[in-house]
Amino acid sequence: MRQLALLGLVFAIIGLAPFVISSDFTLNAVIMILYAALVGQAWNILGGYGGQFSFGHAAYFGTGAYTVAVLQVQLGINPWLGLIAGGAMAVLVAAIIGFSTFRYGLRGSYFALVTLAFAEVLRILSNSVPFTGAGVGILIPLDQGPANLQFVTKQGFFWVIWLITLAAFVTVWWIGQSRFGAQLMAVRDNEDAARALGVEAFRVKMGAIMLSGLFSGLAGVFYAQYFLYLDPYIAYGPAVSVESLLVPIIGGLGTLFGPLLGALGLHVISELTREFIGEFPGISLVIYGIILIAMVLFMPRGLAGLASRLRARPFGTRAKAAEGSHA
Amino acid sequence: MLEIRALRKFFGGVKACNNVSLTVPEGKIASLIGPNGAGKTTLFALITGFHRPDAGSVCFLGEDITALAPEEIARRGMVRTFQIVQPFAGQTVRENIAVGAHLRIRSRAEALAKAEAVAHRVGLSDRLDLDAASLTVAGRKRLEVARALATDPKLILFDEVLAGLNPSEIRDVIPVIRAVREEGVTILLIEHVMQAVMSLSEYTWVLNQGELIAEGAPADVVSDPLVVEAYLGKGMAERIARREVRHA
Ligand SMILES: Nc1ncnc2c1ncn2[C@@H]1O[C@H](COP(=O)(O)OP(=O)(O)OP(=O)(O)O)[C@@H](O)[C@H]1O
Ligand SMILES: [Mg+2]
Repeated sequence: MRQLALLGLVFAIIGLAPFVISSDFTLNAVIMILYAALVGQAWNILGGYGGQFSFGHAAYFGTGAYTVAVLQVQLGINPWLGLIAGGAMAVLVAAIIGFSTFRYGLRGSYFALVTLAFAEVLRILSNSVPFTGAGVGILIPLDQGPANLQFVTKQGFFWVIWLITLAAFVTVWWIGQSRFGAQLMAVRDNEDAARALGVEAFRVKMGAIMLSGLFSGLAGVFYAQYFLYLDPYIAYGPAVSVESLLVPIIGGLGTLFGPLLGALGLHVISELTREFIGEFPGISLVIYGIILIAMVLFMPRGLAGLASRLRARPFGTRAKAAEGSHA
Repeated sequence: MLEIRALRKFFGGVKACNNVSLTVPEGKIASLIGPNGAGKTTLFALITGFHRPDAGSVCFLGEDITALAPEEIARRGMVRTFQIVQPFAGQTVRENIAVGAHLRIRSRAEALAKAEAVAHRVGLSDRLDLDAASLTVAGRKRLEVARALATDPKLILFDEVLAGLNPSEIRDVIPVIRAVREEGVTILLIEHVMQAVMSLSEYTWVLNQGELIAEGAPADVVSDPLVVEAYLGKGMAERIARREVRHA
């Protein structure tokens, strides 16, 4: 319960941003941090809590993004409906990928490679079929107004991403308090032992990948509406997949607040890179790679792990469990 | 309660389980003994759905469970522990046990409360908030027992829960196992500690190279020449017998 209160407090403070920040540049930064936290939290559900390391979260992100874009551009369907459809399509893709990997017991690097392959297949498909605009990409016509999920000011976008990200964080809080979450973490820590105790590992992992896909897909919808342009590389390329896993790894795998810390950390790092190295193509992936190696080697428990070592551990799963049982 | 018929499992050329049939009676403590590599753990894995048998069948509570998944078998009331302990490292003892409790309990709070109660039964009350990975061997064995118990099983399969414990720890755990039986849970245990086999189990099967070579009351079985030979090598039974005659 204390964690939920802390979560409410944190999001309330973030919610002050549109009232106290007047510069569009700064508000955009807050929006992008929330967006990164969403993408990271989505991955954290499957990777952090479920121990299934996906290298292909772009599959869900891109599906959400393309769904809302294609429905609007090709069929004139309202993007609010597209938001729901995008989430649903991402869940469907997650179910297909989950079924075809977990059914055959793929784990570890095999799972990672197959998810990567799925994302690549989708990238190539979206590059070849006409209704996604193929390699040229797809441009969502500018038609600002809340009814079109496009906003004249940044404030509107802020509240959309704030709400979706809050939903993702509340979901993960629930995971930490529920039977589903206990079983998911049991599967992560020892699948055979979990099954021996009656945990339906396949069903639990399917639940996790679908929830994970849902929030990734919603992040994709948001991205499409915010930037109004997609191409196969943006939607299904490796950058999104890498960012998805980097955020919780920096912040702290399998922790509620890890993705928020990670999003913040990653933002600071990329700002610093821009400042000192400048922008040239591919640099972000290079930096991501370096951070990833450094994190795995020197800070496997992420910023949350660091924070919990320094203080009374409000971020770790262990602290959370102890709290749950004393409540 | 548990009926195994002509169960067979070969790993390449290794006959880990060859034509094994046995029936575990309800409400008792029965045991399975045999030298290293006899196929005891393999038999447990076959019964609980972790391995698929090449032939034969397993019936539990009158129903065929041969092809079922481990989680489904656990749901029906048969759980195993692991010889090589498998704690959920990084989770507390309480959380570890709660995973078992969740099989029958949806509510997190109730499962955690049940975990506490079970921990008390196996003597882990003082370590509830410790990381399972920080437990000693004896503690981990207790944790294996606790997690299995938390699922409210009807039949529980213990795979060497006393191995690696010192004599005083063994003396502590034996009453725990007995108490489990008193609560109406049937037990089948694999054990090398003969003291435990003799004092705990009412019936025992002896497995050697994948085949059952003897069965009966533990006291009778251990003096069976076939069994002595399986453990100590060919000719040993005869030599021991001769020596006993000399000493008499
Ligand atoms: N997954 C496997 N693949 C191949 N061979 C196996 C496998 N599991 C067990 N074996 C072999 O089957 C035989 C029986 O092994 P098992 O572990 O069942 O013996 P055990 O009676 O439990 O021995 P111990 O007393 O040492 O625990 C051994 O020869 C072992 O090497
Ligand atoms: Mg064994």
